[in-house]
Amino acid sequence: MTLLERSSKELQEGLHKGEFKIVDVINETYKRIEEVDGDVQAFLALNKEKALEEAKEKDQVPVNERGPLFGLPIGIKDNIVTEGLETTCASKILEGFIPIYDATVVKKIREAGMITIGKLNMDEFAMGSSTETSYYKKTKNPWDLERVPGGSSGGSAASVAAGEVPFALGTDTGGSIRQPAAFCGVVGMKPTYGRVSRFGAVAFASSLDQIGPITRNVYDNALLLEVIAGVDPNDSTSADVPVPNYASKLDGDIKGLRIAVPKEFLSEGIDESVRQSVLDALEVFKGLGATVEEVSLPHSKYALATYYILASSEASSNLARFDGIRYGFRAEGVKNLMDLYKQTRAQGFGDEVKRRIMLGTYSLSAGTYDAYYKKAQQVRTLIKQDYDKVFEDYDVIVGPTTPTAAFKIGENIDDPLTMYANDILTIPINLAGVPAISIPCGFDNGLPLGLQIIGKHFDEETVYRAAYAFEQATDYHKQSPRLGGK
Amino acid sequence: MAKLTKEEVKHIAHLARLAITEEEAEKFSEQLGKITEYVETLNELDTTNVEPTSHVLPIVNVMREDAAKKGLELEKVLLNVKEHENGLIKVPPILEE
Repeated sequence: MTLLERSSKELQEGLHKGEFKIVDVINETYKRIEEVDGDVQAFLALNKEKALEEAKEKDQVPVNERGPLFGLPIGIKDNIVTEGLETTCASKILEGFIPIYDATVVKKIREAGMITIGKLNMDEFAMGSSTETSYYKKTKNPWDLERVPGGSSGGSAASVAAGEVPFALGTDTGGSIRQPAAFCGVVGMKPTYGRVSRFGAVAFASSLDQIGPITRNVYDNALLLEVIAGVDPNDSTSADVPVPNYASKLDGDIKGLRIAVPKEFLSEGIDESVRQSVLDALEVFKGLGATVEEVSLPHSKYALATYYILASSEASSNLARFDGIRYGFRAEGVKNLMDLYKQTRAQGFGDEVKRRIMLGTYSLSAGTYDAYYKKAQQVRTLIKQDYDKVFEDYDVIVGPTTPTAAFKIGENIDDPLTMYANDILTIPINLAGVPAISIPCGFDNGLPLGLQIIGKHFDEETVYRAAYAFEQATDYHKQSPRLGGK
Repeated sequence: MAKLTKEEVKHIAHLARLAITEEEAEKFSEQLGKITEYVETLNELDTTNVEPTSHVLPIVNVMREDAAKKGLELEKVLLNVKEHENGLIKVPPILEE
């Protein structure tokens, strides 16, 4: 077992006993990246020199002054700004952009003593479900290099699955943490909307975006959420709700937990292997003393359409700031200011981003606003009410994270609607604003499958408790992909 | 309403400040047409008297003291600017020659 396959507990134990130093962990991280990232292509930028410097300083800190994540390596999705470290959102329009401040989450992981290893690839501006819309590179699924890692946090999930880093941050607007976590066989949490500050996360759809942790196991995930969660004066939508010690509540006991299973989540369009893995998971939960009952979320089938109107509308407004004036790419040879805007944006954005900006602009424009944007906001209310109703009688909702296992690179890229359908099980959760986790729950021909556990607003604690109990009762999370025989 | 004509796509591209070629207008008109056709399935639902949701949490205004704070340093602000002079950002001429 390499250092990086250890849990945070095991790593701290080794550090405390003096078996190895923080600088050894960081050196091993970069060695692993050198060995496998040629195949996986998860990283866009590395922070090696500074990271090793920080590691040496941190080795001097007395053991009793260290928190549970002190000195441990973390990768950061490239739409989260890091002062002095290039941040591109995997877009040409931000090529060479050096942020002048840290996102709140970056400040928080730094305060916890974590060491930033580098920036992780993603779909351009987080718009996509396969990491194929990145301007820079195509990240591969570590379980099968011919397949996508999912998206948009594909680099984050792949880097953790490939054993390059034990921790990563992602963002989730419609499934962008959970879907790649499912495809790569790791643990990914989208917290309640407002739980984590969005300050410094480049905005895609502001009423849906959330930052969250991606890790190898549930315990480490809970530890990292504890670090990044909490109200922030720089994000007026962050919620002033106390953050529990999630990790300390994990004991594997879920006797009496009331689980709801929406029939819409196991209906047509869901692969048989996925269905079966969820049914098996429900048996595990029953064995642990939980009750399982079928429920209905009748508006589920409208979530995808609702999402594409709302997310695209918000994106068209948020992405108006990329105009070639103050930062990023600027087109050359233009004849006036309007031409500068238009050429910069036409040359700087990729096709998927343009499609969504145009769909959003259309939805918000005079004559279509009521029929599209307002209608979608009303349907969002109905979807949210579905969830409120189920949560009157149940503690968590359980279902699959994705309709299928990871698909092949290139398979869906020219067909936007088929690509969008990938997120059919994750999107309603963002619309309702509730927290949800994806954890490994099986394999389909060697490809990982994810189980989604959804909770009430601000009840990440119960989601983690259920996820931990399932994880401890199974061994899916103990399996790793073989990369170059390693 | 679903089908988007090439002219409509060009108009939307203008509103979104995106230069667009004939071929792109053609491609996007077809793709956006399919997407809008799909999203119009929402019309199956009666939403009379349903309140629209903009944020899922009951969000209220966040107030703070109206106290002056130091802004960003000029050097940092200009760090990512392509062209600048005397602390000002340079852009191409606004009026055509």
